[in-house]
Amino acid sequence: MSIQVRNIRKQFGAFTALDDISLDFPTGELVALLGPSGCGKTTLLRIIAGLEQADGGQVLLDGEDASDTHVRDRQVGFVFQHYALFRHMTVFDNVAFGIRMKPRRERPSEKQIADKVHELLNLVQLDWLADRFPSQLSGGQRQRIALARALAVEPRVLLLDEPFGALDAKVRKELRRWLRKLHDDLHITSIFVTHDQEEALEVADRVVLMNHGHVEQIGTPEEVYRHPATPFVYGFLGAVNFFHGRVEGEGLRVGDDHLLHAADDFGQGAEVIAFARPHELDIAVGADANQGIPARVSRVLSFGVTARVELDGLNGATGQHFEVELTRERAAELALEEGQAVRLLPSRLSIFEQGHAANAAAAGARK
Amino acid sequence: MAAATTMHLGGDQAARFESRAATRETPLVKWLILGTALSFFAVFLLMPLIAVFVEALRKGWETYATALVDPDALSALRLTLLAAAIALPLNLVFGVSAAWAIAKFEFRGKHFLITLIDLPFSVSPVIAGLIYVLVFGAQGWFGPWLSEHDIKIIFAVPGIVLATVFVTFPFIARELIPLMQAQGKEEEEAAIVLGANGLQTFWHVTLPNIKWGLLYGVILTNARAMGEFGAVSVVSGHIRGETNTLPLHVEILYNEYQFAAAFAVASLLALLALVTLGIKTWVEHRAAAAWRNSQDDAS
Repeated sequence: MSIQVRNIRKQFGAFTALDDISLDFPTGELVALLGPSGCGKTTLLRIIAGLEQADGGQVLLDGEDASDTHVRDRQVGFVFQHYALFRHMTVFDNVAFGIRMKPRRERPSEKQIADKVHELLNLVQLDWLADRFPSQLSGGQRQRIALARALAVEPRVLLLDEPFGALDAKVRKELRRWLRKLHDDLHITSIFVTHDQEEALEVADRVVLMNHGHVEQIGTPEEVYRHPATPFVYGFLGAVNFFHGRVEGEGLRVGDDHLLHAADDFGQGAEVIAFARPHELDIAVGADANQGIPARVSRVLSFGVTARVELDGLNGATGQHFEVELTRERAAELALEEGQAVRLLPSRLSIFEQGHAANAAAAGARK
Repeated sequence: MAAATTMHLGGDQAARFESRAATRETPLVKWLILGTALSFFAVFLLMPLIAVFVEALRKGWETYATALVDPDALSALRLTLLAAAIALPLNLVFGVSAAWAIAKFEFRGKHFLITLIDLPFSVSPVIAGLIYVLVFGAQGWFGPWLSEHDIKIIFAVPGIVLATVFVTFPFIARELIPLMQAQGKEEEEAAIVLGANGLQTFWHVTLPNIKWGLLYGVILTNARAMGEFGAVSVVSGHIRGETNTLPLHVEILYNEYQFAAAFAVASLLALLALVTLGIKTWVEHRAAAAWRNSQDDAS
């Protein structure tokens, strides 16, 4: 089933949680709502489910306005962040709950219910836990039981609120892969909320990036990662380095230094912010003065596949912190030492006008 | 009241604290604290309790039994049980709905309602009784209207029930509000999304989650309802065999120098209290276990 939201607005006191949001969720897709906490993503999910009332706008389920449809008639499956399993019921009774609550004439026999529940428990590979209570399960198991319970009522859409938020790193990775596989098998229209960009990029067909109640960008994981539409998206999806500068001649002027990088879209003298990912910066030792950004090496971390160098900016970039990712070979070749003065040369720069770049810096700083 | 759960959890910690040499107190301090608490307990709690039974049986079993089967005593017992039997269900309904409203919804006047629930705790029971006399008494607001229609509230059973309901008003609500607030409303939301209606949600999800807290509140309410003296004394009129409850009956007997009989009836009340205590301890135990379970669940 398709979901559309039209001009949704939601206000909590003076705080605007959602400001005129319009989105399409096509049938059968797995979409991630991604953004920092407080960006309104969970509120949007709860409005789609009907657990929260929007101040304005419409939610269309299958093209029909669902604004006046009660939550229990919307046929949505909802997986809560903390699972909200019924603590006094066994796993079996939890999963059976939705079916047992149906009006008597629609309710299948206990035998049919038992078959259905075991089928679902097999689907989430936890049939052997049927007689346990939620408190006896691990976090990952509870998560899967919550999903089985939501699927029991054969929902038309599946909504998941921070589905992996409360799990440890290893279980998260496993469950992510598992959720993707489950979605490929069932093809039920699904929306999940997350603040973890890696999770969104890895699992979803499409990613909706939200910030301060606005949609910043919509696209496939590849699109949003490769071509961030706004500084915020750039800063939020992965580590980032940024330079404040002015367009001058063929490149950018940062303090007394030059970055050779075309900024054709901007007029001469425009104040801009330029972004580069850690792997898009190279370190030059003994390069020409005024070429690249001067910086001092503060730490070299070379325990991984790649080497990471942390630097403090000098001159025009004083007070700024940079992070560069090098191949191990390149790092060995440079033989950097702590305290050494070097120059940073970007291989690729994304340039945005100064004004609306401010919140990108904020997003970058949070990481 | 919500201490039911904290006490048991505190126990584990205290035991661990005591078993470690590094955190253990010197024997002197230990015995000083323990001795103070125990002697206080013995003088102010245990001794009076024993005294009640000793005094009651001083003139032998026969006098004891006679005092209990006295028609006035039996009628007082009946009235006490009746008042409790009416006050309990009323407060059950009120307490659960008030706690549900306060814990699960946001609305204007919520703080006012919470304050109002506490009113019977802060007002002296005698004042509570007087309020009813002023409202329903012969010279009260509704006095003339009531006497015209031949309805008796003050100096009659309805007044006693009203006073009992008033003083026991907060017990169940106060017990449930923190419990329900701690549990949040996610499970209820889950139930609704799964298609349950309001009644189904309450019956299958909310009620099972609060049942031990609820039972604890009921026991406290019952204990207070049977033991209430002040408010009931003001509205009762002390008509023997008609508007006397057990506590009032004890007072009358005592004032008439029938000490053995007074203590015999008092011992009956004390027994009721002991039984209540026993049940309360058992419920506390179960509630703590249920609470621990739910904590596991939340972690």
